[in-house]
Amino acid sequence: MHYTEAVDSAIAQKMVEDNTIILLGEDLPLLRRNLLVRFGPERIIGTPISENAFTGAGVSAAMSGLRPIVELYMVDFVSVAMDPILNHAAKLETFSGGKWPAPIIIRMPCGGGYGDGGQHEQSLWGWLAHIPGIDVVVPSTPADAGGLMLQALQQERPVVFLEHKLFSRSWIEFLGSGGRKNMKYDIPADGSYGNVPEIWEPVPFGKAAVHGKGEDITIVSVGVGVHRAIRAREILKGEGISASVIDLRTLNPLDKESVRRSVKVSGRLLVVDEDYEGFGLSGELSAVVAESGIPFKFARVCTRTSIPYSTKGEKEVLPDVDTICSEARKLYSL
Amino acid sequence: MEKDLWFLYSLMLKSRLYEEMVTRLWKEGLISGEMHLGTGEEAINAGVVSQLTEGDSIALDHRGTSPMLMRGIDPVSLLLEFLGHPDGICRGLGGHMHLYSKEHLIASSGIVGASGPAAAGFALSAKHLRPEKISVAFFGEGSLNQGMLMESMNLAAAWKLPLLFVCKDDNWSITTESDKMRGGSVKERAEGFGIPYIKGNGLDVEEFYETSSKVINSIRKGNGPQFLHAECVHLEGHFLGYQLIRMIRKPFRELPRVIYPLLNSFLKPGGANFIKKLKGIKTVSLSMLKTLTDARKDPTNDPLQITRKKLKSDPLKLKELENSVEKEIKQIFDSVKAVI
Repeated sequence: MHYTEAVDSAIAQKMVEDNTIILLGEDLPLLRRNLLVRFGPERIIGTPISENAFTGAGVSAAMSGLRPIVELYMVDFVSVAMDPILNHAAKLETFSGGKWPAPIIIRMPCGGGYGDGGQHEQSLWGWLAHIPGIDVVVPSTPADAGGLMLQALQQERPVVFLEHKLFSRSWIEFLGSGGRKNMKYDIPADGSYGNVPEIWEPVPFGKAAVHGKGEDITIVSVGVGVHRAIRAREILKGEGISASVIDLRTLNPLDKESVRRSVKVSGRLLVVDEDYEGFGLSGELSAVVAESGIPFKFARVCTRTSIPYSTKGEKEVLPDVDTICSEARKLYSL
Repeated sequence: MEKDLWFLYSLMLKSRLYEEMVTRLWKEGLISGEMHLGTGEEAINAGVVSQLTEGDSIALDHRGTSPMLMRGIDPVSLLLEFLGHPDGICRGLGGHMHLYSKEHLIASSGIVGASGPAAAGFALSAKHLRPEKISVAFFGEGSLNQGMLMESMNLAAAWKLPLLFVCKDDNWSITTESDKMRGGSVKERAEGFGIPYIKGNGLDVEEFYETSSKVINSIRKGNGPQFLHAECVHLEGHFLGYQLIRMIRKPFRELPRVIYPLLNSFLKPGGANFIKKLKGIKTVSLSMLKTLTDARKDPTNDPLQITRKKLKSDPLKLKELENSVEKEIKQIFDSVKAVI
């Protein structure tokens, strides 16, 4: 099954049994038309271009009995809807003394690599995971995407659900190729298409997926970065460097244990993060390991600047297999 | 009128042919990502932009190519920008949604409604530093539901800013019909902030130039913000490769890919009752059918055709003008090709 179809399929499975689930967002009657014809126009609701209002309305709808999945066109536009997330959804559980959670899901495509410029290609999961009180999910395969969405629909707190556009056939078509056959993107095959269970089971939050045993280096990533890291791992293996790749799957909650366990063996942590380098996931992970007292060496491959529009500039700025390999080699020789 | 119709037509034609060239490059895969054109809104752009002078500022939306060309931005560096070239106007870093020219005081944004606050700040600077200079905010009607634009309208009214709001209304918010998502009318909304509302004819550049000329002169005199509303049709839809347009143009290729999963989902057990499911099918098919009959297919909605008709009384001059614009576009294309 394809990635976005997997997410929609898990949503559909849960919508059959839970009438309180509704979808809100711009152009949803077209974008989620397959759900619309099955669940009717009362549950798949198109919105005006008013992200702040409909995200905020989603939060209070979640407080009063519905389970809304609010969809934004892309995570970059969350800037316009930040107040309901930062100051309301995330605070509610604390402010109400734990008595009143808001089980809202905010679903957003994210990420770059298809030439849409720096206002449409950001990742921003670090920015969102910075906020206590919301879960942040970044699945890297169709099976995880569906399973984590099912879990999100069972969480009693706000969940930010980020789907990388390179995984999504429909988003890449809509925003990237526009039906052109001559566009080539570096799409991780296992991320965009893969086996999924016949019936969706929830994939628990806060449990990383660990690929391989790394004696020398622990590479930690999320989203598309996971696939780049897995490819780098194969190359490094040929050079006698043994690396494991940890796919965090969720940033909040963060599977600190898996990271520490692996770094304890390898003694080297390499973070691959498509999000911005400063004050983000990479720094957080180094703190997580440092706090546990494990001695380790550290390197990171992250996005350091605004993402350039040009294909060449974009390629230079976003983490890729070559940069991961060269940083890994440097780290190994330290 | 100060600028004659020949001049306005040449501005529009240059913009149209330029964007047709952009379309070819996009189709060849030389321009990545989305590409939003201004084809269909040339009369509005020409009517307003042709009256701006040094010191006036413009806040653009994601359809910046046409107004930038009309304001006199170097067409070669603009095209190189779309190609991601280091000699592009923003060194290939911005792309078509993020175009800037500091010397012309033009800034654009891919965030819907962002031209509101940007124009308000430009207008505030003008008020302090550049007497009789104005700022212009270009936006679509879909962005009238965006808080920041509403807030900017209030700001402009409260501070009596020299700001022209230009609403280019094609009634489409990407794939959603805007009037179905709006409470009240555009007119009521502007007037609700105490901003004078003027309806212009967005298809006829001659009329629109006259209308905006009066409005702009009044703003220059310090009468505060005004709201210019004009209808138009985006000939290529929201952006190049727009799914609904593709469906009209290549139904046999596009429709099966849409219909098969749709039916598959409709027939799945579970979900709404049959009546609601039928309602769902109706909603989706109506929106597709709406596209089939929509105004984009009607050539009488093309502002260039409308003006061209008026100029046909002098066929020789028209031919000469069109040849010279075509030649200019070809030269632009050739000089870009020489660089890439």
